[in-house]
Amino acid sequence: MENTKTIRKWFWVWSFEKEEEWLNEMALNGWVLDSVDWCTYHFVRCEPGEYSVRLEMHPYDEAYVSFMKETGAEYIGRMMMWIYFRKKTEDGPFDLFSDIDSRISHLDKIGKMLTVVGGANLLIGFVNSFSPARLGWVNLLCATLLMYALGRIHGKKEALEKERILHE
Amino acid sequence: MADGFALTEATYYILLSLVRPRHGYGIMQLTEELSGGRVHLAAGTLYGALNALCAKGWILLLPAEDDSRRKEYVLTEKGRQVLKGEVARLRELADNGERILREE
Repeated sequence: MENTKTIRKWFWVWSFEKEEEWLNEMALNGWVLDSVDWCTYHFVRCEPGEYSVRLEMHPYDEAYVSFMKETGAEYIGRMMMWIYFRKKTEDGPFDLFSDIDSRISHLDKIGKMLTVVGGANLLIGFVNSFSPARLGWVNLLCATLLMYALGRIHGKKEALEKERILHE
Repeated sequence: MADGFALTEATYYILLSLVRPRHGYGIMQLTEELSGGRVHLAAGTLYGALNALCAKGWILLLPAEDDSRRKEYVLTEKGRQVLKGEVARLRELADNGERILREE
């Protein structure tokens, strides 16, 4: 019986919740995430439901990772700006965010990253449109996609903000 | 009171936990215990809140005695004032609620 499994999979930035759901389904089926590479997930065998997996956008921060370890979470790895953790389910529920405000500030973080990368692509695309290579359209296409992603993230944020009018 | 705003439940319990020095996991445990398991502080939320509270000067990070020690935080005098103000505000809310519902 194989003890490791590698799956290549692509998730759009606005479906990070789906990515997390998928990783937890894998854990329920006895495969827990062990490391990550560019669009590549490496799993190892575990008892079905032994772990919960969480991910979030967070710039790499040693202090944060050691803080998470103190609370019983294991650091799995990073992919771009995303950081992955897991925790044994027997050690209690595992969430990264427990109130609306911190969910909103997480979405803000994602939004800021998309704005910076999208803005850079727009600028490069614009400049390159006048260069002899005429490759500016590639960056403009990227910028369009990133702006679309920003819209999706903003929509999620608005839904949470509406909820916050009534409760935390 | 906190700049005229109400504290969130998370902030309230964090400040309350830090009347004595505690590390992150200790804050999470005490909060669950005090609220009878109702309030759960997730690690990411707690980390963000601790940084924000340090920036406001309501709590401070105690200097670590050695590198392996877990980071401990404690309430400042300013934080204690905010907490006292919040307790008074909550008492007013609860008193009014009880009185008006009783009169019904």
